[in-house]
Amino acid sequence: MVKRHFDYEEKYKNLQGKFEELQELSKNLQFDLTNEFKLMEKKMKDIRDNKYQNLTAWEKILLSRHQERPTVRDYIEFIFDDWIEMHGDRCYGDDRAVIGGIASLKGIPVTVLGHQKGRGTNENLHTNFGMPHPEGYRKVERLILQAEKFKRPVLTLIDTPGAYPGVGAEERGQAGAIAQVLMTLCSLKVPIISAVTGEGGSGGALALAVCDRLLMLSNSVFSVASAEACASIIWKDAGRAEEMASALKLTAQDIKDLGIADEIIEEPMGGAHKDFETMAKKLEESLVSNLKELLALESHELNEQRYKRLRQIGRFQEN
Amino acid sequence: MLKSAFGKQKLIPIPDSREYMQSTEKDVGREKCPSCSRRVSELELKENHKVCPECQYHFSMTAWERIHFMADPDTFQEFNSDLRSINILDFPGYDEKLESAMKQTGLKEALVTGQCTIGGYPVILGTMDSRFMMASMGSVAGEKVCRAVEKAIDLKIPLILCTASGGARMQEGMLSLMQMAKTSAVLDRFHQQGLLYMTLLTNPTTGGVSASFASLADIILAEPGALIGFAGPRVIKQTISEILPADFQKAEFMLKHGMVDKIVNRLVLKDTVESLLRLHLGGKNG
Repeated sequence: MVKRHFDYEEKYKNLQGKFEELQELSKNLQFDLTNEFKLMEKKMKDIRDNKYQNLTAWEKILLSRHQERPTVRDYIEFIFDDWIEMHGDRCYGDDRAVIGGIASLKGIPVTVLGHQKGRGTNENLHTNFGMPHPEGYRKVERLILQAEKFKRPVLTLIDTPGAYPGVGAEERGQAGAIAQVLMTLCSLKVPIISAVTGEGGSGGALALAVCDRLLMLSNSVFSVASAEACASIIWKDAGRAEEMASALKLTAQDIKDLGIADEIIEEPMGGAHKDFETMAKKLEESLVSNLKELLALESHELNEQRYKRLRQIGRFQEN
Repeated sequence: MLKSAFGKQKLIPIPDSREYMQSTEKDVGREKCPSCSRRVSELELKENHKVCPECQYHFSMTAWERIHFMADPDTFQEFNSDLRSINILDFPGYDEKLESAMKQTGLKEALVTGQCTIGGYPVILGTMDSRFMMASMGSVAGEKVCRAVEKAIDLKIPLILCTASGGARMQEGMLSLMQMAKTSAVLDRFHQQGLLYMTLLTNPTTGGVSASFASLADIILAEPGALIGFAGPRVIKQTISEILPADFQKAEFMLKHGMVDKIVNRLVLKDTVESLLRLHLGGKNG
């Protein structure tokens, strides 16, 4: 049976509760166990920290999808000043699974784009669980070209299970819309920085990840397709998703080792939701320092670097 | 009014794409048309370019059958034929799968690329073979597409890719997904050169291939009945648990929704491609 949610926290909380009860009891009974408690507290913390530092790929997937995990909008509102959201693709509609707009990062005007998941059922129905339709990708296309026109760097935040698989999405050209964004980003004349904040799912995530710098939060994942889908397609058994998660090499560290991600931003112990402010500040720092480096480059240098970066990806044998 | 327009639409469950492909392959051996059930002799099928003479059902072509059909006789020169996939992620079972695909098809990978002439016009031609792990795109397919594009840029001649693919090759993880971006980057440069790029979408063209190089052509042609789309029909069926329209994700459906320029019957395909090359004055630039 595949574990469906990250249950370590609950177990730990349970233990913590009992520990507090014991402390209370010993106080009431006037049993002085202060030193023993200190020892125990440290030991418990060590065990917990050790666990969080050694999460399996599947546990990271579960954390990246955690109900309490900060959403892209949370980061945008915390990190940027003067955020003004823009809507619509000017053709069909406004996809709420992708948000985009203009904002200021330490005084530098930037275009910000990202997948928007919701918290809870109502919000998720509103944002379609962060799974965009073609109009979402056409909104992205429109806003990145606008960014280029006004020489604004583009920052994207990635958090999606993937592009929406549905009839309407196919009718309105999901494949073509994604392909077009990929191609436009390849030679966009302004710096592009992408950060995977949660789930990087398949082509729907990749459409926002063609960039000059790819950052990943330490518990975020980036995968060719969901572990569940891969297990059901390759092994005909969705129940082996946990095993598939390891085989796919989808953790931030794996993606960096493969030469695809540039930087891992360490999350607070227990995940981004445990200390949102610290997390958001770290992400902001990284965005600022990477942006400064990229702004020092001429646009042709930037394009040449981005091209080389993409062109060399892949491993094969030739003889 | 809307209701009447949709009311007549016949809704039947669409066949599973995998079963569909398998049944196609099986029946080629038995020479039975999967569409009209007519038994077609091997010779008849060959002479008719693997199109059923009765119902025009288009049987799948292998990569080399497609090349022999499209290229002027004896003009095709393959390049980069020695690129092979490696099991970079140590993915369980991948080596064995590659080996059996190579054995079954005699190919080293799912994509064959080279230079040839079509109607006398020099072009770069690539064809995909769905027998090879559903022609999924891994590092090798991505690299071969890129090198084919670069060759076309060097020679300033048109590029024609005949696609067939189930999508990204999951056994190569993110390296395969990134091939979508890589091929798009190279095609972006190609387009900046003012060169002509045409794709022919054949059964099936889905996933990472449809969401990258297959959709980035100046002219997109499709074979009748080909399954074309982003998500596979099985995934969609699972997600929305609804009965899908009868022609859903077929070439005809894609034409109706404005996603392809033209559906071309294989019997007039070569003529059509030649005409398009002629109308682009050979598609040479410079």
